[in-house]
Parts: sequence; C-alpha cells; structure tokens
Amino acid sequence: MIEIKNLVKKYGQVVAVNDISFKVKEGEILGFLGPNGAGKSTTMNIITGYLPSTSGTVEVDGYDITTHPEQVKKRIGYLPEQPPLYKDMTVTEYLNFVSDLKKAPRNKRKSELSDIMELVGLTDHRKRLIDNLSKGYRQRVGLAQALIGNPKVLILDEPTVGLDPKQIVEIRRVIKGLASDRTIILSTHILPEVSMICERVVIINKGQIAAEDTPDRLSNNLSGVSKLNLTVKGDKDKVLKTIGNIPNIKYITMTTKSEESVYKYVLETKNNVDIREDLFYRMAENKMPIIELKPSAATLEDIFISVVSNAGITQTEEE
Amino acid sequence: MSAVARKEIAGYFKSPIAYVLIGVYILIISIFFHPALNAGYGDFVEVLDDVGVFLIFIIPILTMRILAEDKKNGTEVLLLTSPTSLPRIVIGKFLATFTVFLVIVGISFIYPIVVVLFEGAITTQLVGAYIGFILLGAAFCSIGVFCSSLTENQIISAIISLVILFGMWIADQFAATVGGLAGAIMEWISVLTRYGVFTKGLLTMENIIFFVSFTAMMLYMTVRVIERRRWVQG
Repeated sequence: MIEIKNLVKKYGQVVAVNDISFKVKEGEILGFLGPNGAGKSTTMNIITGYLPSTSGTVEVDGYDITTHPEQVKKRIGYLPEQPPLYKDMTVTEYLNFVSDLKKAPRNKRKSELSDIMELVGLTDHRKRLIDNLSKGYRQRVGLAQALIGNPKVLILDEPTVGLDPKQIVEIRRVIKGLASDRTIILSTHILPEVSMICERVVIINKGQIAAEDTPDRLSNNLSGVSKLNLTVKGDKDKVLKTIGNIPNIKYITMTTKSEESVYKYVLETKNNVDIREDLFYRMAENKMPIIELKPSAATLEDIFISVVSNAGITQTEEE
Repeated sequence: MSAVARKEIAGYFKSPIAYVLIGVYILIISIFFHPALNAGYGDFVEVLDDVGVFLIFIIPILTMRILAEDKKNGTEVLLLTSPTSLPRIVIGKFLATFTVFLVIVGISFIYPIVVVLFEGAITTQLVGAYIGFILLGAAFCSIGVFCSSLTENQIISAIISLVILFGMWIADQFAATVGGLAGAIMEWISVLTRYGVFTKGLLTMENIIFFVSFTAMMLYMTVRVIERRRWVQG
C-alpha cells in the first residue's frame, strides 16, 4: 500500500532523513518510533506531499507522490503534529470546509460528517467554536478532519499527545477500530501505545532506520538471553552458592532485600537455556523456598533505548 | 466558486475586518463626492479618479492575513496536503479578497444613481472609469496576496504590500528623473498613469491587458513563492 524507497531529505547541509526504505501492507498499523528530531515528522510530511523529498520515491497505492500528487493526496488522511485548525470556525463549519477541500461527495456529506463526529466523540461539540475547545477536543477535530473522504491511508503524527488518560484510551480505541479497512502509520514516543496498537514497528534514529519488526519479536530478539527475576528466602551467601552451581548461568546479581532473610536475585542464562526446573529442585533440596520466580522480557523502553543508543541492554540494577 | 474562496469570504464577513474596510472606503468616497454634489454638477468619474489612491491603504489591510495566517497557524499543511492544487488554492484566496473589493464597488453604485436622480447621466466615461477601477482593485489584491505569501507575520505582509503599491503609484513621478531603461520601466509600471487613461474614458487594449496579465503574473509568483518555501523550509 505504501512503499518508501531510499528517501532522503536535506535541509541545506543538514540531513534530516537519510536513505529510509520501508513498506506498509494494506490494513497494517505501523508504529513509527524515534526520539525527537529523528526525522519522523519530516518523513510523514514527505509521504503526505507537504514537503518534497531531496531524493527517493514514495508510492501510495501504486501512485508516486511527485508524479501523481493528487491521486496520492486523495488517498491519505493526515493529522500533523499540530492539528491544522481554523479557530474562527465551528467544528461543523470546519469539517464542511475540509470536505469541500477534499472534494468529498456532497450528497452523503451530512451522514458522513455525523458518523465521523460520533466516532471521535465530537457530536456534543459540533456547534462550538474551535477556539473554545480544549486541547484534547482540538486533537479530535484534527483526527476527524483526517477521516473525511474515507481515505485508505491514515498518517497520524502523535495522535494522543496532549490528551488526558481517559481520552488517550478512547482515541487509541478509535484508531484500533479504524484499522480494519485502512492502512495506518502512527508516530509516537509513547512506547506502550505501540505495543498496544501497532502490528509492526519502525524505529528511526538520526534519519535512519534503526530497527524494524513486530513489537513482540523486537523484545524477544533483544532479550537474547532469558532473564529471570527470583526471590528466595534463605541466607544470601548459601543461595548464591547454590545458584552458582547451576550450569549455563551467565551471571547473577543480587538486588534488594525485601523482607527478613528474603532477597531478590536476577539471573541471566546463556543460549536461552531454561533453568527453572533445575533451579526449583536445587532450592528445594537445600530448603531455600522460592517465593517468586518470573521471567522478564525486554520492554519496549529497553529496545528503544538500546536501538537508539546502539548499545546492548544496560543493566539498570545495582550490582 | 472554490472551497477556499467561500471559506475566506465567510471569514471576512464573520469578523469586523470587511465591514470596517468597506465602511471606511465608502466614507472616503462620500467625502469626495460631497463637494461635487454641493456644486450641483455631480461628476462621479472625477471622484473615482481621486479615491483610487486610497486603495493603497485599504487593500494591504484586506489581504495581509490571507496566506500569512495559514503559514503561522499550521493550516497550510491542510491546504497543501489536500487534493486541491496549489494554483487553485491561491486563486481561491485571491477571489476572496477581490470579492470584498467588489462589494465596495457595488455599494459605490449608489453615487451614480444619485447623479442620475439629479438629472445627470451615466456616461461612457463613467463605465470606462469603473472598468479601470475594478482592474486596479484586482491588480492591487494580487499584490497583497503575493506579499502575504512572503511572510507569516501579517503586519510585515501589510507593510510590504503598502510599500509596493505606493511605489507603483508614484513611479511615474520619478521616471523622468531616473531616465534611461529604469525610467522607461517605471513609466510602464506606473498604475496611476494607466488608471488615469481609464478615468478619461479611454478603454485601451494595452491597459486592459496590462492589468489582467499583471494580476495573473502576481498570482503565478505567489504559487512559486509557496512552492519554493516547501523546498527550503524545515
């Protein structure tokens, strides 16, 4: 549906986007992640035809943005970082104007707009001046605007920024609901949002793609070694010694003392060997009860930081 | 009429700006018409000839926000990513400003009617003067739209167009002093001289083509300015 090839954008000497290529399949929700200034918004502005690229191509539904801009623009609904609103208009006036601008058919206008307003939760605010709406509601108007004309592709630049927690949950549900028959690219720095909504993630850093995969696989790959959080009751030296005898352990760290003679440990094993059973029997033999045993997968935060800083996972616990 | 034009016209008449500008300009026309009426000869052509210069102040205020505001508020993204092409957007913006100007023209028809009521007549000279006045307004609006595309600051936009309009108005005064090619260009571009030809009742092809193509050229340059900015901006 969307195909981006060798996209480069330079502002004078500054390279904002440096040779990015990726594809988005029809019906897919792609999470577009990156730190501030990584080139997310620039890439989105190029896909939507707002900015021209220095080199490289963008194709949407088989149409190239430089040679067939109108065909591409017809297929895209775009919510930029700052919602493009005319504050002197009411919500209905504004959405009507956008419908005209997008050349949406006039005969179904009324029902289309009321459906969209219902979907994003604006029905009660349709007669309000946009200037008088709160940030969250302006964001909704921005989203409503992007949905007009029923575009096949939605490009959403940080759609949940500035919303309160309840609104965030609602907007996420709306986006998820829209995904059934649309292709969506969504940029964000809120990582749980990505694991919640997106099927695939592209992480970009300094204008280049740093990683691309499903959220699950990204976290598995990065874990590489499995990590166990262990809480055991018993003398810490004895526990450490017992664990130390288990083969395939890469390292052990003792973190905190949680209760009287109860300590927490973090184990890392080599080659993804599962040592949980072995661990259980050895502890049982030595009468050191395991209070808690929990494998820990790398979170998206870990992935993000590691990918962006090009380092392995950093050990955060004190050793 | 395009979506952009309709939206902008509605915007002008929802805010006080159109009413204030129209009111002020009609007041100016009335002040100039008043002595003519008192003297009992009621020649509106002369009035049109006199009030043309005040468009230099009215038009920049009318056009200053037309593109600058979109740039500043980020609504430019909406316009440029819509399937409506940039030339159509610019023409829509221009038509909105021009429509407000045409409202002024429409209201000013009151004066010729008054003249007729007092046993004057509508002369061909008046028709010529009106055509010139409308063409002058179109050219001025196009300059205003162009200046509004240069900046996101409305005040700067207004000042630039005021300076350009004023320069064009007085260019012929200095043409002789400057002389040579530059003088010839100043003579050529001087709208005062050209407008004067209309108010004498002369409809020359050259002048009509000048104003129409001048307007078209300014709008074309507006499109170019916005295109260019898309390439360089961050």
